[in-house]
Amino acid sequence: MSAPSDAILTLEGLGVRLPSGADRPYALSDVSLAIAANEILCVVGESGSGKSIMANAIMRLLPSGVSISAGRVMFEGRDLATATTTEMRSVRGAGIAMIFQEPMTALNPLRTIGDQIGEMFSIHTDLSNAAIRAKVHALLEDVRIPDPKGAARAYPHELSGGQRQRAMIAMALALDPRVLIADEPTTALDVTTQAQILTLIRDLQKRKKTAVLFITHDFGVVAEIADRVAVMQQGSVVEQSDAASILNDPQHPYTRQLIAAVPPLTSPPPRKLSDDVILTIDNVSKTYRTGGFLGRGTRVTPAVKDVSLKLPRGATLGIVGESGSGKSTLARCIVRLIDPDRGSIVLEGKDWAKMTREDVRRETRHIQMVFQDPFASLNPRRKAGDLVAQGPIVHGTPPAKAIADAKELFALVGLDPSAIDRFPHEFSGGQRQRIGLARALALRPEVLVADEAVSALDVSVQAQVLKLLAGLRQRLGLSIVFITHDLRVAAQICDLVAVMKDGEVVEQGLAGDVFGRPQHPYTRALLDSIPGGDFARRRDDKLLA
Amino acid sequence: MDAIRRYFRSPAAVIGLVLLLIVLVMAMSASWLYPREPLALAGRPLIWPFTNPRFLLGTDNSGRDIAAQIFYGARISLLIGGVATVIAIAIGILIGAFAGYYGGWVDNVLMRVTEAFQTLPNFVLLLVLVAVFGSTLTTVTIAVGVVSWPAPARLTRAEFLSLRNREFVQAGRTLGMRDIQLILGEILPNALPPVIVYASVIMAVAILLESALAFLRLSDPNVASWGNLIGLGRDVLRVQWYVSAIPGVAILVTVLAVSLVGQGLNDALNPRLKGR
Repeated sequence: MSAPSDAILTLEGLGVRLPSGADRPYALSDVSLAIAANEILCVVGESGSGKSIMANAIMRLLPSGVSISAGRVMFEGRDLATATTTEMRSVRGAGIAMIFQEPMTALNPLRTIGDQIGEMFSIHTDLSNAAIRAKVHALLEDVRIPDPKGAARAYPHELSGGQRQRAMIAMALALDPRVLIADEPTTALDVTTQAQILTLIRDLQKRKKTAVLFITHDFGVVAEIADRVAVMQQGSVVEQSDAASILNDPQHPYTRQLIAAVPPLTSPPPRKLSDDVILTIDNVSKTYRTGGFLGRGTRVTPAVKDVSLKLPRGATLGIVGESGSGKSTLARCIVRLIDPDRGSIVLEGKDWAKMTREDVRRETRHIQMVFQDPFASLNPRRKAGDLVAQGPIVHGTPPAKAIADAKELFALVGLDPSAIDRFPHEFSGGQRQRIGLARALALRPEVLVADEAVSALDVSVQAQVLKLLAGLRQRLGLSIVFITHDLRVAAQICDLVAVMKDGEVVEQGLAGDVFGRPQHPYTRALLDSIPGGDFARRRDDKLLA
Repeated sequence: MDAIRRYFRSPAAVIGLVLLLIVLVMAMSASWLYPREPLALAGRPLIWPFTNPRFLLGTDNSGRDIAAQIFYGARISLLIGGVATVIAIAIGILIGAFAGYYGGWVDNVLMRVTEAFQTLPNFVLLLVLVAVFGSTLTTVTIAVGVVSWPAPARLTRAEFLSLRNREFVQAGRTLGMRDIQLILGEILPNALPPVIVYASVIMAVAILLESALAFLRLSDPNVASWGNLIGLGRDVLRVQWYVSAIPGVAILVTVLAVSLVGQGLNDALNPRLKGR
């Protein structure tokens, strides 16, 4: 074990008990870790591995019913596991600070950024108001927010996601804490913003010699930022070592499996594409108008601007872009959940953009959609089998036959056909996404629109679902429009790729060409921002050799 | 089922259910225990309770058996409470569902109408309706239902607003479902729990509204209701206070039972809100 001798924060055999009725008795069992000054320790694990519970246990911010049952948390000669609430209050923020995944919900929407950062000083120090204001501005400069004075006066909703996360970091570092706990701080951010925030955390950590406990699920991020790595599975640390040896020479099978599941950047050799075009999107535009009265003061947001794309039969067209690029609006225009303003969407000779709602309802079986969120996209009050059988029943299939077909579809997407009587909450995230896929396939569509269909899944599950999708494409002759923000995923499954920025397609072509020889500067910036890009390239080279 | 198990874990909810069952048994056993007409003269007027074994709860100022009126009154209170609640919830869900699902001008029109009803005090509106349509049991019940719908309408609308853009509703739309299928099959079952819980509040208020009407002698005088009895007792309140007090206790117990059951349902159907 490579535990440093100059550890600041030490976990010794930490155990956290879950309330009875949970899926396992302990959230953490016998976790021992140590973090030294001036190092970044990455804790990696999939959802449910207990990594966030660990962060909350250190801060003693566990949800009710969950409690520390064993072990010690040593910080500055004190055991935080048994410290009083008063003692903990002086540790939180001043000694150990924390940043969270979603900066929008972690900030108070009714107070200015400067006010909220200044609160750190007014709680823990006796500084005057003017001194606090000066400190806040210096901090905001430190985290390189453009226009720090303006940002201090701004409310959270007036900043972008990346700027909000910078403000959160400024707040966390206000009192020069010795330990910073970062719980998935870049997961909710776009890939280019993520790269900037990772650089920022790295720089500030070097300058202030803070110890950083960085929690993430993404091995790319680990490769980017970690000095040491601890891998967690089911509430235990299965392996910990310095970053280089974990990444290049993983010992535990679970670590190997996680690293192997990180999608490679290079796309597989191009498949032969059919000349027959099944879906033609021509000059489609959609503009949102909000607010205003009688045409005055209206805010106009062009979400999709003159997009033209072609999907060959049997191919997969990837639409990649960051949040706000209009890719989801485009997907919803294609299935007519949103009515496009202009342009045509021609499927099998019919222009979908000009059909009436009633026509769309009748023709909808030709084109189906798979949604992003495996929890929100299934009606919690219907059984899995009913969810899959619903579509055919609406279009006139007798219920008994539809349920029988649903069983076959369950088998097709790799689920147990006897599970059709269970409710959605009884399935895992990956299984739910398979149900969503089965539901879309039940109408035997020619075109499948997948909107971020694997984004909410753990990497290992993501790999399985992508494999399933590729297999189904082959077996059923499906043509797929695949929307994603993750270029690694797009490189895996797409034959063609279109890159969207601010509602426009800036580059499109064969996946190998776009990723291998990007022409547009934005595409290049996207590719460069992928965390752990160098590591992935080296690993892929090693695999090829 | 989980919800039923959670319900029986709360002592208050179980007490509420037991009280409600007692009132229900009273209502059902009334004609068996008191086969005679409850509004018929039975004996000497104003007998104190527990003094004459024939009239356990005494008699009122015209010599009618109070116990018999309490038992028959349970029927009337439960009937008015139940039917008025069903009417209010049905109107409320219909209006709230359309307003929340379609939004835009449909929502604007329906909500302005709802607000118009809400700005009028319930009881004043009820008095107007009874004054116009008369005070038979049927009109009183319908009138109570009609003045109680705005709150469930707003509640249903709020639920629909948050549910209508969920991915599972969009998924239903891409499957080719009609609006009515989406409203009834997909959204309504998910919107229902808070509305069901609110139904208990409406029921309690409906029972009180009817009693208040009867106290003003504006309810149906030809049925034995708790409110009518309180109204009668008003004339002899200072000496024979029991004539008003006994039906008052009956109303108190029933409303308490309904509220406790509603609170229990709330905790059982929305387990995450409990313990906050």
